[in-house]
Amino acid sequence: MIYTQTLGGRTYQFQDLKTLMARATPERSGDQLAGLAAESAEERVAAQLCLADLPLTTFLEEPLIPYEEDEVTRLILDTHDRAAFAPISSFTVGAFREWLLSYTTDSEVLTALAPGITPEMAAAVSKIMRNQDLIAVSRKCRVVTRFRTTIGLPGRFSSRIQPNHPADDPRGIAASILDGLLHGCGDAVIGINPATDSPQAVMALLELIDGLRQRYAIPIQSSLLAHVTTQIAAIERGAPVDLVFQSIAGTEAANRSFGVNLALLREARAAALSLRRGTIGDNVMYFETGQGSALSANAHHDVDQQTCEARAYAVARHFEPLLVNTVVGFIGPEYLYDGKQITRAALEDLFCGRLMGVPMGCDACYTNHAEADQNDIDNLLVLLGVAGCAYIMGVPGADDVMLNYQSTSYHDVRFVQTTLGLRPAPEFESWLIDMGIIEPDGRLASREQPRLLQAVAQLAAGCA
Amino acid sequence: MIDESLPSADPWQALRRYTNARIALGRAGDSLPTAPLLAFQYDDHARARDAVHLPFDAEGVAAAAGAAGLPVLIVHSAAPDRPAYLKRPDPGRRLSDNARTVLSAHTPPDDETYDAVLVIADGLSALAVHRHAAPLVIHIAEALQGLGWRLAPIVVVRQGRVAVADEIGSLLRARQAAILIGERPGLSVADSLGIYLTYDPRPGRTDAERNCISNIHVYGQSYAAATQTLIYLMSEARRLKLSGVALKDERAERAGPATLPT
Repeated sequence: MIYTQTLGGRTYQFQDLKTLMARATPERSGDQLAGLAAESAEERVAAQLCLADLPLTTFLEEPLIPYEEDEVTRLILDTHDRAAFAPISSFTVGAFREWLLSYTTDSEVLTALAPGITPEMAAAVSKIMRNQDLIAVSRKCRVVTRFRTTIGLPGRFSSRIQPNHPADDPRGIAASILDGLLHGCGDAVIGINPATDSPQAVMALLELIDGLRQRYAIPIQSSLLAHVTTQIAAIERGAPVDLVFQSIAGTEAANRSFGVNLALLREARAAALSLRRGTIGDNVMYFETGQGSALSANAHHDVDQQTCEARAYAVARHFEPLLVNTVVGFIGPEYLYDGKQITRAALEDLFCGRLMGVPMGCDACYTNHAEADQNDIDNLLVLLGVAGCAYIMGVPGADDVMLNYQSTSYHDVRFVQTTLGLRPAPEFESWLIDMGIIEPDGRLASREQPRLLQAVAQLAAGCA
Repeated sequence: MIDESLPSADPWQALRRYTNARIALGRAGDSLPTAPLLAFQYDDHARARDAVHLPFDAEGVAAAAGAAGLPVLIVHSAAPDRPAYLKRPDPGRRLSDNARTVLSAHTPPDDETYDAVLVIADGLSALAVHRHAAPLVIHIAEALQGLGWRLAPIVVVRQGRVAVADEIGSLLRARQAAILIGERPGLSVADSLGIYLTYDPRPGRTDAERNCISNIHVYGQSYAAATQTLIYLMSEARRLKLSGVALKDERAERAGPATLPT
């Protein structure tokens, strides 16, 4: 179906729904690279006006990627909850925005709505929302998940320790983990990106973290960010796998380029559940996503990168993860050119994910060939903290020495918590106080020597 | 009692000898002390950004790689220059027309094939390629020739991305392609080299069909460890007739901790 909009004496035509969505998207380099972006600011506004008048039901009737060709489309439509959708079924995209912002649409209403939201609906409304709208609605959403800690409670802000090492050296990784714990970080997950995809290396590192966890009774969970098949192999060999990790995307073809499909993710989840390692909940999956991944794999079906990203959250949602994070500036300036585009994308991703009921965190980051620096990330962190982001990354000094990009640091986690009055997950916070790492008022302890320093002394003495 | 108005050092600084990650930086309140703050912003970030734009000395790398005893060809991707390369990934994954002509002249006769082609590309860090590519490719070529493998000429690519090796492998009729490529510069390491291996290379291969050995530099993997891993993966790829996520490194004994390359 062709969509038309008259603006300023000109009539704009959009040949189909996915073209309309792409033209309505705020400017970003990835859509320009794909040849999908609006050619002028006026064409973008025309597309946004047209989109605002579109009934939400259009997205159920006109799939952007054909049902027959793509298992993600089938998942989205086959699992759509019509009853949850009912309260908004008569709305246009524009009316949906106003309803989301209204006082009466509170956390409870949004939680009940989540299963009725498809990624295309979330993406469409986000395209006509300003950054402040995205923040205001995202803040109202509640998504709470559990394994050994509780993620996503109001007033809480968690962190992943990302202790990567370029040669997977266990002592180097342990050193970075201890540095993180002593800064009060790690309650979302201790997640290592291994330099190699070897099952043996994965098992050794998982055992390292599990030993530390048991010795100091730390309420944390771990994850080794190897390919999902490597983690399944590690489970079969008896490794202590807490969360199974996988990078995912919003189209079947893009997932194929990652070497995964829905059946494999189902298998992985069943394997992780079979270990029964969660103490207070069984959210056993950890996913990462990021705008541009489908285009990068030439698997985007001419759908804009933000809509592709929202579709990845439908994949994530289906497997009831503990954590999902958008890795927002990792892929490079070809997809998000500068700090402004990175910030916008992060807020869109947070909004779409949380609206759909996904436990969203964010790896707020940039590469050294992008037009961004740590000040852009500082600004973004404050926005994320206000908007209800569940967790961010804690990388020593914000410099990942294995993946070679800049993310956020242990110090940055503390900055957000202190400045916005947010605290770590309750189980972990109690442990931090018991260990003398933080004071009951939340500040890092300065007088006591934390007991965890024993572990440091042992590591420094060479017995890792 | 410690004076909270002053920056405090971390009592776990002894751990810094185990990693080049930025641990035990100390703190001022929740934030960084001034020295590491400024080091990050003005020294290291600037250095990493400069490394992205360092011109690639393809002739120098080709001359040094010639010691492997194989012919060395220098070609250009379809990306004309650095700004174009950084803006658009796709031309960096394809060969220029001239490159196709050059490589076609080296296609083996009739139905013959090469067992493998070794490719070197600047990627996002010419610095990494200048420092590590020639000595590493010589190690690898010697090891493969010692196993009786028939190798195609070494191909050096300007403005190349990983997937450019697919077209090179396909034109030269090589059963496998291994590309040594400069990884994007990080703050602490601007000269990290990676190797990507693809069995039956041809345009359209996905990243799930490749194996990667990353972080070859002084703080990461040594040349010897990277070569051993690559030879293992290439031998297994030949046996299993595939590469990528279905090809795992199943060696029980892995290379030891990081050592300086020799």
